[in-house]
Amino acid sequence: MSIAILMALPFIGGILIGIDRKLTALMQSRIGPPITQPFSDVLKLWGKTTLIVNQFQPILAFGYLGFAFTAAGLLVFKQDLLMVMFVTALADLCLVVAALIVKSPYSNLGARRELLSMLSYEPVIFLVYVTICLVTGSFNVAAVLDYGTPLLKVLPAALVALEAVLIVEMKKSPFDVSGSGHAHQELVRGVFTELSGYTLALVELGHWIKIVSMLIVVSLFWATNPIVGITLALLLFLVALIIDNVYPRLTWQRMIKTTWFIGFTLLGANLIALSFRGVI
Amino acid sequence: MTLIQKARLKSPWVLHCNCGSCNGCDIEIVAGLTPKFDLERLGIVNIGDPKQADVLLVTGPANHRNQRVLRNLYEQMPDPKLVVAIGTCACSGGVFYNCPNILGGVDKVVPVDVYVPGCAARPEQIIDGVILALNKLAKLQEGG
Repeated sequence: MSIAILMALPFIGGILIGIDRKLTALMQSRIGPPITQPFSDVLKLWGKTTLIVNQFQPILAFGYLGFAFTAAGLLVFKQDLLMVMFVTALADLCLVVAALIVKSPYSNLGARRELLSMLSYEPVIFLVYVTICLVTGSFNVAAVLDYGTPLLKVLPAALVALEAVLIVEMKKSPFDVSGSGHAHQELVRGVFTELSGYTLALVELGHWIKIVSMLIVVSLFWATNPIVGITLALLLFLVALIIDNVYPRLTWQRMIKTTWFIGFTLLGANLIALSFRGVI
Repeated sequence: MTLIQKARLKSPWVLHCNCGSCNGCDIEIVAGLTPKFDLERLGIVNIGDPKQADVLLVTGPANHRNQRVLRNLYEQMPDPKLVVAIGTCACSGGVFYNCPNILGGVDKVVPVDVYVPGCAARPEQIIDGVILALNKLAKLQEGG
């Protein structure tokens, strides 16, 4: 079962991105591309000539996909949440190095901003995992599943923090500072600028898998009933899309301030409330 | 036709290059992205990065100053690639025809697949031009 879920992850991710593009188009009163559009894009990129600027770049693109897939695998096989976080960070680092080893200024700017986005969400997500550990007594996903009551009832603030993290991870406005699918001219394509052909296809696939892993973490907040959990994850995804369409891009300073403020204050308040109630 | 060849026709990412056009055609290209024409329903994305683009949209006449830039952009695009010349200036030089500083149409610098005439070319024509270019690619793919 777990292996089937793991194999289906890229397809789920692609369809989610397709739904994202369709919904975004509908929100802008456009018709929008078909839902299978992301698959066409990736297949096309796979068949295109790849311009390799640095010999190390394809290895890093494979590394990004590999680490993203490994992190998703750790989640699906109910392993340690901290390990998931570290392996996801490794995937991100692969992307950053792939953008930094070339001379393009746009690519380097995107890489530096990608590091800043990591700086903005990694501490928050770490704190979310720590609060989960304080409540359930273990960093294991299995412990969350065995906890009995839904985590959302105990840790509502963590979900708000995860929403901010999700927006940064999806590279959506207002936090799409490191690169986005739209033509933002000052960045070109940011961290993706120097990737082309199959290296871009690999990175794109890795990005889908990362988004799905993030949504799996969200669905853990209602682990007692998987259907409610999945609905919760899709709801957060929808909120991210609405925020993307409502807000323009903010600067990286605002990104770090916002995610840290939301993450630390809300999670801190949640922890204090829990300690008063005697849960932890 | 293989899956990848089919995908190519469904996802043309365009790169827009202005070779000193009066911005008339450029505005019409951007109009294609608005809700009224919505290029994205055909999978067309304005990508702005030559290394990831499939179709080069050129507006304005080629001249001695910009031919290097245009050739550079064209060479940075990975194969298979298509070029669409948009507007009378890009097709033949237009009102600047035979001027000493103008080389002529952009086909003097890069090979052009589809010519979209008009001053300015209308968004419908531009979309039609990109579709014509894709049809050409489909025929080339079927021919081998």
